[in-house]
Amino acid sequence: MNFVATLRIALLALRVNKMRSALTMLGIIIGVAAVIIMIAVGGGAQARVEEQIRSLGSNIIIVLSGSVTSGGARGGTGSQPTISEDDGYAIGREIEEIQAAAPTLRGSGQVVAGNANWSTVFYGITPDYLEVREWAIIEGRGFEQAEMSGAGKVVLIGQTVAKNLFGDASPLDQVIRVRKVPLTVIGVLERKGQSMTGQDQDDILLMPIGTARKRVLGSALAKSRSVGSIMVKVNQGADMASADARMRELLRQRHRLQPGQDDDFFVRNLSEILQAQEASSKVMALLLAAVASVSLLVGGIGIMNIMLVSVTERTREIGLRMAVGARARDILTQFLVEAVTLSLIGGAIGILLGIGGSMLIAELAGWRTQLSVSSIVLAAGFAGAIGIFFGYYPAKKASRLLPIEALRYE
Amino acid sequence: MSGTLIRVEELAKEYRMGNNVVPALCGVSLEIAAGEFVAVMGPSGSGKSTFMNLLGCLDHPSGGRYWLDGQEVSQLSGDELARVRNRKLGFVFQHFNLLARTSALDNVALPLLYSEMPPNERTQHAKQRLAQVGLAERMDHHPAQLSGGQQQRVAIARALVNDPRLVLADEPTGALDSRTSVEIMALLQQLNREGITIVVVTHEHDIAHFAGRIISFRDGKIIEDKPNVANDAAAQLT
Repeated sequence: MNFVATLRIALLALRVNKMRSALTMLGIIIGVAAVIIMIAVGGGAQARVEEQIRSLGSNIIIVLSGSVTSGGARGGTGSQPTISEDDGYAIGREIEEIQAAAPTLRGSGQVVAGNANWSTVFYGITPDYLEVREWAIIEGRGFEQAEMSGAGKVVLIGQTVAKNLFGDASPLDQVIRVRKVPLTVIGVLERKGQSMTGQDQDDILLMPIGTARKRVLGSALAKSRSVGSIMVKVNQGADMASADARMRELLRQRHRLQPGQDDDFFVRNLSEILQAQEASSKVMALLLAAVASVSLLVGGIGIMNIMLVSVTERTREIGLRMAVGARARDILTQFLVEAVTLSLIGGAIGILLGIGGSMLIAELAGWRTQLSVSSIVLAAGFAGAIGIFFGYYPAKKASRLLPIEALRYE
Repeated sequence: MSGTLIRVEELAKEYRMGNNVVPALCGVSLEIAAGEFVAVMGPSGSGKSTFMNLLGCLDHPSGGRYWLDGQEVSQLSGDELARVRNRKLGFVFQHFNLLARTSALDNVALPLLYSEMPPNERTQHAKQRLAQVGLAERMDHHPAQLSGGQQQRVAIARALVNDPRLVLADEPTGALDSRTSVEIMALLQQLNREGITIVVVTHEHDIAHFAGRIISFRDGKIIEDKPNVANDAAAQLT
């Protein structure tokens, strides 16, 4: 008995009871659609998180000024500027896992351009900063060597600041006054959007670190070499933990800390945030997977139930087929193919529904969804496996019938 | 056509009902030659149906031996018996046992589905058999669209489709009125004249008299086995 004939018999048997077949498929349809939507939504969320983290710069370690203990009172993070610009250069120079280290000085204040003004934050940076944050200049140019060493009166402008000060006009070569210091805009930064904590990363100005120190931040800092933070980028593929450890060691050495003494700096690692995000999206995916698998299980039980009913209803047919020469395995194949056909048709409808559903979610809820071929293959495979698993018992039962008893069945 | 088609020796069958063993057939021996038309008679419980099931390779005997067409089949496995049924036997049942919502043609072709015959030959074969029973024009009809007599003709065509050595008919007229019964028996008689060996189980004497030999059962044994002298007369009645 060939496969095409078996398939034809199966389709015929399913057509005879259209309503029943449709209702039986419903469980599989819902289950498969749920799997596809779940993976699409999960994939979309994952991609969004990854994108956010990438926008912050991947493989980044931030070194912050730490707590200094004086007279028994511990000052807390940043209470004293303990790290210096030179710490940053040393890190970049001496630790091989580090691709770039960018010491930065942070400040905030009113910025004025013509009639417009805007309050924003500014950073004094070295060119390494743009490399560390993977931040491109979309218009104009970066800082030149002379501007870096000579505290040049130049500034790079973020998209939000540009929009607020200049509207749609080009900010290039315009002079803005940052805390009353006139600086020339030489470049516009690429849009970065929101950070993971919801801050607008484009509301920013970047200037050479010397400019910030000597001209903008004022006399208090002019003589010192201290910085607020050092952003460090670890080489792709290098071990974050070992880079972290070597950096701590180097800084303790440079700050002449005795063994047993607290670090006077903090090291923060973005991979921790990344891990937390990944963990939470894993929990979400697990939850959805549980819902989908319950639905598929219920669908499978529905198939088994209907196949058992079908075997009982068609006992005489089975007897007849056996009488005219069907072997036990022909009967087994017939009912198994019927169950698998049922679940695969259900699976196919479920896939279409899942694709439609995730598009609808993207459209209506505005969530990002990401359909993947692998999820569709997975869902189809699952549907087939359920057909085989839950169809096997009824099919086996049918194949074990004795021909005379089956023929006599009323 | 001559020679022995069926030979049974001390064929026995007992059923187990809880702790009781109920003998249904107690050591039956007989031979049926190729080309015979045999009627098996007896009241219910006489063992005639059990005998038919054993002849039809639908059941395993508890004892004794059975040769069909020179092959001993009493020791074969279930799958081997299925193969014997498919190759050598044709069945006609009291309630026709046609597949509903399936055309007459597909019903007739059903046994070939389990043979090695290629699909296009199957259809050709089934069409020929339907023509042989006079239903060539009804091959696309479903059983529900056919009369009882027509349904039984389809069933007979199905029994013939694999060119069997033996056709077994179990109360073939049990669900038909007397006029249709005569038509069906006449058809079987005609097929027998064309050389097919037929064994009919019945409890009606009128039906049995279409056969050339009548074997009577009672209490699991043969009580009478005689040629039917009235055979020709019955045939002329039709």
